[in-house]
Amino acid sequence: MIKLTINGEAREYTGDGNMPLLWYLRDLLTLTGTKYGCGKGLCGACTVHLEGQAVRSCSVTMDRLDGASITTIEGLGAGGDHPLQIAWARHKVPQCGYCQSGQIMQAASMLATNPNPDDRQIDDAMSGVICRCGTYQRIRAAIKDASGATS
Amino acid sequence: MKSIRQISRRDFLKTGGVFVVGVSLYGCGKEKIPGITQPRSTDPWAPDVYVSFEADGTAHIISHRSEMGQGIRTGLPAVLADEMEADWGRVKVVQAAGDAKYGNQNTDGSWSVRGFMQRMREAGATVRLMLEQAAANQWGVDPVECTAEFHTVVHQPSGRVLDFADLVAGAAELPVPGLEQLKFKTPDQFRYIGKGLPIVDLHDMTHGKAQYGADIRLPGMKYAAIARCPVLFGKVKSYDAEKTNALGGVEQIIEIPAAEAPPMFKAVGGVAVIASNSWAALHGRDLLSIEWEEGANSDYDSAAFRQALLDTVQQPGTPIRDQGDIAAAIESAQELVEAEYYAPHLAHAPMEPPVAVANVSADFCEIWAPVQDPQSLIPMAEAVTGLKPEQIRINVTLLGGAFGRKSKCDFVEEAVVLSKQTGAPVMVVWSREDDIRHDYYHSVSAQKLSASLDAQGAVTGWRHRVAYPSIMSTFDASISQPVSFEAGLGALNLPYDVANIRIETGAAPSKVRIGWLRSVCNIFQSFAVNSFSDEIAFARGKDSLENLLELIGPDRTLDLSEFGVELTENYPFETGRLRQVTELVAEKAGWGRELPKGHGLGIAAQYSFLSYVAAVVEVAIEDDGRWTVPRVDIAIDCGQYVNSDRVKAQQEGSVIFGLSLARDSEITAAGGRIQQGNFNDYRVLRIEMTPQTHVHLVESSAPPAGVGEPGVPPIAPALANAIFAASGRRYRELPLGGILAPGDDA
Ligand code: FES
Ligand code: FES
Repeated sequence: MIKLTINGEAREYTGDGNMPLLWYLRDLLTLTGTKYGCGKGLCGACTVHLEGQAVRSCSVTMDRLDGASITTIEGLGAGGDHPLQIAWARHKVPQCGYCQSGQIMQAASMLATNPNPDDRQIDDAMSGVICRCGTYQRIRAAIKDASGATS
Repeated sequence: MKSIRQISRRDFLKTGGVFVVGVSLYGCGKEKIPGITQPRSTDPWAPDVYVSFEADGTAHIISHRSEMGQGIRTGLPAVLADEMEADWGRVKVVQAAGDAKYGNQNTDGSWSVRGFMQRMREAGATVRLMLEQAAANQWGVDPVECTAEFHTVVHQPSGRVLDFADLVAGAAELPVPGLEQLKFKTPDQFRYIGKGLPIVDLHDMTHGKAQYGADIRLPGMKYAAIARCPVLFGKVKSYDAEKTNALGGVEQIIEIPAAEAPPMFKAVGGVAVIASNSWAALHGRDLLSIEWEEGANSDYDSAAFRQALLDTVQQPGTPIRDQGDIAAAIESAQELVEAEYYAPHLAHAPMEPPVAVANVSADFCEIWAPVQDPQSLIPMAEAVTGLKPEQIRINVTLLGGAFGRKSKCDFVEEAVVLSKQTGAPVMVVWSREDDIRHDYYHSVSAQKLSASLDAQGAVTGWRHRVAYPSIMSTFDASISQPVSFEAGLGALNLPYDVANIRIETGAAPSKVRIGWLRSVCNIFQSFAVNSFSDEIAFARGKDSLENLLELIGPDRTLDLSEFGVELTENYPFETGRLRQVTELVAEKAGWGRELPKGHGLGIAAQYSFLSYVAAVVEVAIEDDGRWTVPRVDIAIDCGQYVNSDRVKAQQEGSVIFGLSLARDSEITAAGGRIQQGNFNDYRVLRIEMTPQTHVHLVESSAPPAGVGEPGVPPIAPALANAIFAASGRRYRELPLGGILAPGDDA
């Protein structure tokens, strides 16, 4: 049995250890805010935090998660909106919105270790998260806004 | 629950049929608005319902178009709310089911605002008038003294105020006024129209709460993944499911018969794995061992096809526009400029792959799907289930991107077939590989352009040959040449002031399903035409901008009806508007400014979906051929617009979409199989390639035109022209790749 914490709640999993975390979240827990985009670690739509670090949930299998603590987009603003969620609204970032959970989770993980990223650092950290609608310019601006840097 | 209902209907003429707009006012409690969650009414008289009210005055406004990132769920309801004088904070947007009573719901062709802005204004003005009348009745005063203001009606002489909540019941008793009685707000009175309202789904989208097709969860729902033949119309010869069946969670294997040509929007068939979760379905599907009978399309090889298309455009084709005497112009030319262009198939690759849920029982079929054209699902579901339209309900979720892919309901049919067969609700899950390999592809194309110049360097003749598989081949297998509506997207409707023009099409059979992708044939036709204009500029020794403006020529209204280019009465093709956006973007981009070494500016202008767009791209090329785009300026004249911020967002997105296809994206086939499968080999733009984009919006009182698509076409040619300006090297094939190959020196 695998015991883990999801958004602060204790959970137990007894199924196939090869199941990626993504599907455990989406299908078994119906935490559908975390999205599927590629299943291969190529698009970042499935990004969640594992011990506070951004990981691609499509590429982490359940058997590696015993004792792990996971935060998903649903748990990000648990104590009120995350500054990124506020900045995202201010810059009206989303178009279709599908990639945005992954974008925000990736950005939150970056800001946690580097509160004042420059352009280059933003691009490096965010490169793995595709937005097919092309909201990148606003993502950059919103991250800067949230980080308190002047844009 | 107190429920008062007053329905009336009026008919509005719509091209090609009668469209019905109705207004209904409900005074009901906190429960769901009738008709929203129930099966369709059997009442044949049931009219449209765009607005209804809760007892506390909260207005429910229907969004009957599909939301896929363009902001339409906010845009059209905001138009209605504005005209109704509603407080947007007291409006709830309700997504419509697929139902003919709403009129056209096919969210495609950049048509939503164009087709429905006026109707939404009429619906809003109708409700406003009725609420004002209701207030007048309540006060016993003349209705002209009563004005709706921000969810209230004010009696101007006395200053008395009544909230909409207090007027709904009274208004519901009134006859619906005729169109001629309506008074519309003037633009200076608009609260929301033309402003940048945040989209209604913004909070949900940033908190993981927005519901896309993939997020539907029903009690007892099964997940299905399907192995489809890698070659179009191939059939299952035999399969072995032993490993699949051994996988926990796998419940059933169902074979779906293969479809026959033409593709239409039919499910292609294959072997479906039904499981208790997505992963078991997808993984179980991958464990199937299937022998396919690939069939006739297995000869498709895109490298050979490329050559065949390029050969085709060397030969005269079928003329579809023949103006003046092109042969004589070419014969007498002082100089002949010629070039060939090639662009590959593209896949839509919306971030949310196709997905659909169906729940079919003996007497009802309910569907949840991210679809652009919900009404098209009804006949499909009828055919699969044998049920009647009134036993079918189509729920439209948010679309996680679409770009034309989700106009085709093949993936929804799969869900209906499987739900019918299993008797359970079924979600059909597409992996990214399924999406890339079973798309309705944007056409591969070859084009040849020839221009004759006289002794003074003036352009006397223009010949454009195009060859690409037609979208129409998807519906009629006998069509194997571009049709005029396709050529009319950037080739046939050439706006240049040239005396002798000939446009020709050449044969191009299709071996894959062909579909429409954001801005359709404009993508490659604009690439060729705008690149070629720039080649002419070089031949003439002229500045690119000056040359382009000369080609566009004096302001005039184009009449291309004799060549089969139909324009709606309200939307003449005004070359002056094209000139204006070209001049505007050049000015804003600082055309002619001093640039760092390795940088270049390129310009392109394109009319599409009735809008006029021009772009200037700045490129920066390193010595090793690596390139980036530091800046893009894009100017659009889309007539009147509803939401300035969403128009800008669409242009920003179009720049990324255009750069994606110019730099990275390419679908190829070998042995009839698509060679790409995921974002490692079907690449799309990532954040580090994002330019600083400046959008310049032309204020216009012209009727609303397209917004979502027109920004795409000018990007690739403006980029190619910028690369030429920076390097002297001309690239005539897409995609360019991240490192420029040693190119043709012009
Ligand atoms: S779904 Fe995990 S990276 Fe794409
Ligand atoms: S907002 Fe649509 S994919 Fe990013």
